[in-house]
Amino acid sequence: MKTLMKSREALLAIVILLMTAAIALRFPAFVAPGNLVNVINDTAPLMILALGQMIVILTKCIDLSVTATLALTGMTAALLNGMGVPLPVILVTVIALGAALGAVNGLLVWKVGIPSIVVTLGTMTIYRSMIFLMTDGKWVNAHQMSDGFKALPRAVLLGFPVMSWIAFALIALFAVFMTRTALGRALYAVGGNPHAAVYAGINVGKTQFAAFVLSGALAGLTGYLWIARYAVAYVDVASGFELNVVAACVIGGISIAGGVGSVAGVILGAIFLGVIANALPVIGISPFWQMAISGLAIVIAVAFNATQSRIPGRLILKKVSA
Amino acid sequence: MTQIASPTTRNIPDRLQSPLSRALRSWETLLVGVAIAIFIANSFASPYFLNVWNLSDATFNFTEKAMIAFAMAMLIIAGEIDLSVASIIALASTAMGLVMQAGFGTPVIALTGIATGVLCGAINGTFVARFGLPSIVVTIGTMSLFRGISYIFLGDQAFTGYPKDFAFFGQGYVWWVISFELALFTLAALAFYLLLHRSNFGRAVYVIGNNATAAQFSGIRVARVRFTLFVLTGLMSGIAAVCLTSRLGSTRPSIATGMELEVITMVVLGGVSILGGSGRILGVVLAALIMGLVTFGFGLLNVPGIVMSIFLGLLLISTIAIPRLIRRK
Repeated sequence: MKTLMKSREALLAIVILLMTAAIALRFPAFVAPGNLVNVINDTAPLMILALGQMIVILTKCIDLSVTATLALTGMTAALLNGMGVPLPVILVTVIALGAALGAVNGLLVWKVGIPSIVVTLGTMTIYRSMIFLMTDGKWVNAHQMSDGFKALPRAVLLGFPVMSWIAFALIALFAVFMTRTALGRALYAVGGNPHAAVYAGINVGKTQFAAFVLSGALAGLTGYLWIARYAVAYVDVASGFELNVVAACVIGGISIAGGVGSVAGVILGAIFLGVIANALPVIGISPFWQMAISGLAIVIAVAFNATQSRIPGRLILKKVSA
Repeated sequence: MTQIASPTTRNIPDRLQSPLSRALRSWETLLVGVAIAIFIANSFASPYFLNVWNLSDATFNFTEKAMIAFAMAMLIIAGEIDLSVASIIALASTAMGLVMQAGFGTPVIALTGIATGVLCGAINGTFVARFGLPSIVVTIGTMSLFRGISYIFLGDQAFTGYPKDFAFFGQGYVWWVISFELALFTLAALAFYLLLHRSNFGRAVYVIGNNATAAQFSGIRVARVRFTLFVLTGLMSGIAAVCLTSRLGSTRPSIATGMELEVITMVVLGGVSILGGSGRILGVVLAALIMGLVTFGFGLLNVPGIVMSIFLGLLLISTIAIPRLIRRK
């Protein structure tokens, strides 16, 4: 029981349940099964992106270019669809393109040794500007997309839309990948103690590279899902959403110093933000509050992480005056 | 994000480089060369370039960003970073708009902007220095928080109708072609040069950037220096907010979006190591001039703004990548 209370995931799950219960007391419609499915489905892109961000942060890096990658691959998907390319080919293309964009980040971190924050701050602008060069700033609207292209993420299967099922499948895949494969364990090792990882025969740079490629591939897939679901593609798609992705990770207990975190935590972090985003209009608060709330959630979560992980050290020098 | 030291032997030269050859090989000399080359290229590219008033206009491209870049340079040298500077501008500008709507005059408006900046810096500083949290996450959080508060106040609205004399900060001229902003930029450059290179505080910043633990043991109040640096960055962001709001004459919550990237690019281009511990104010001044000249030159050639941001992103990555790739060979 004590370990359960201490577990970050259990704590977060309780907070989410309490929050939902509080909303349900005033607005019972919020917990109607149909609405809950909506909340989960709205959060699916955030979950997928957060899984990618998690493995990057585990290796002591950060990927601020995820949403720029999403926007670029999404626009590519929309343009390919306009040219009449079949959907399976589009799916393979967006995942490959996302992986390639992630590989650019990864190579700059691995082979050139530039800190990831600088690399991804730069590529974030470059990737997004490339959309402008591709389209001259024009939008691709719903009527320019084929019905099959728009239908896939919305098709309902056993109560949930396909977009949710893709997220569920990826969550299951990652739960196994992180705990049962050599690369999954290497991701933790590289972030937990890079020196020890080197001596254990793990190539630190290569592992970071792999994390960026995976994050890019997931962003690429989300790019298609996002564009097909909202049925519009333009330069500023999901602009600023990268902060929510990092927020989901930090709230889910991923340590920014690397090496600490779990799939369950990240998913709960994403659901936490998803519930807030969907509850705001229900309880009558302007959506303009969203940004400040996720900012506050990041700050509180990181402060909370720090107090939990603080190891009491030996006092060597006594503080004379406060 | 940490570098892994490979066990290589240190090569100690028999004698030190002469001051002259060291100066010639420095990053700053390279920047001067680049600046001159861009200046010449620009004057050939457009007949409108070599005009004192056009050049004076061009300085607005970098003065506000450079003021923040000086403080950011010190912060990065000390091994920290502040991603929230553009959001601080948004919040400070919103605060100024609120004060303006309440009917206060120019002095109060300007002071409110600066005070808001200082307060935001103090919040960042408290989280980083007092609670020991990593500055990247803290400022990613406050980046969202500060601009989020602006959105709460403004939504999709804007504050306009600032008093006439408020326009002086962003549009006024001190003497002939010297704008108020250019004068302020020069003053800030001088002040930060003295602070970083000629004061105990500046030395402490370098020591902390190279080895914070050693700094602690040598009696430097590390937390206090870090806190002061965040407040300084907030202060400069507040001043920049006053200038920018005055120049635009309005406040929108999306004001200065993405400016943190330009400020950090300026600092890194100026030769400040992103890992902390080294860099000089002179380099940042030169980087500001170069970025201003390039932006202005692109503008004269009618290059769209978004192409400029591609260039900016490439500039940021290549200025760090190229020296590393050369050194390896």
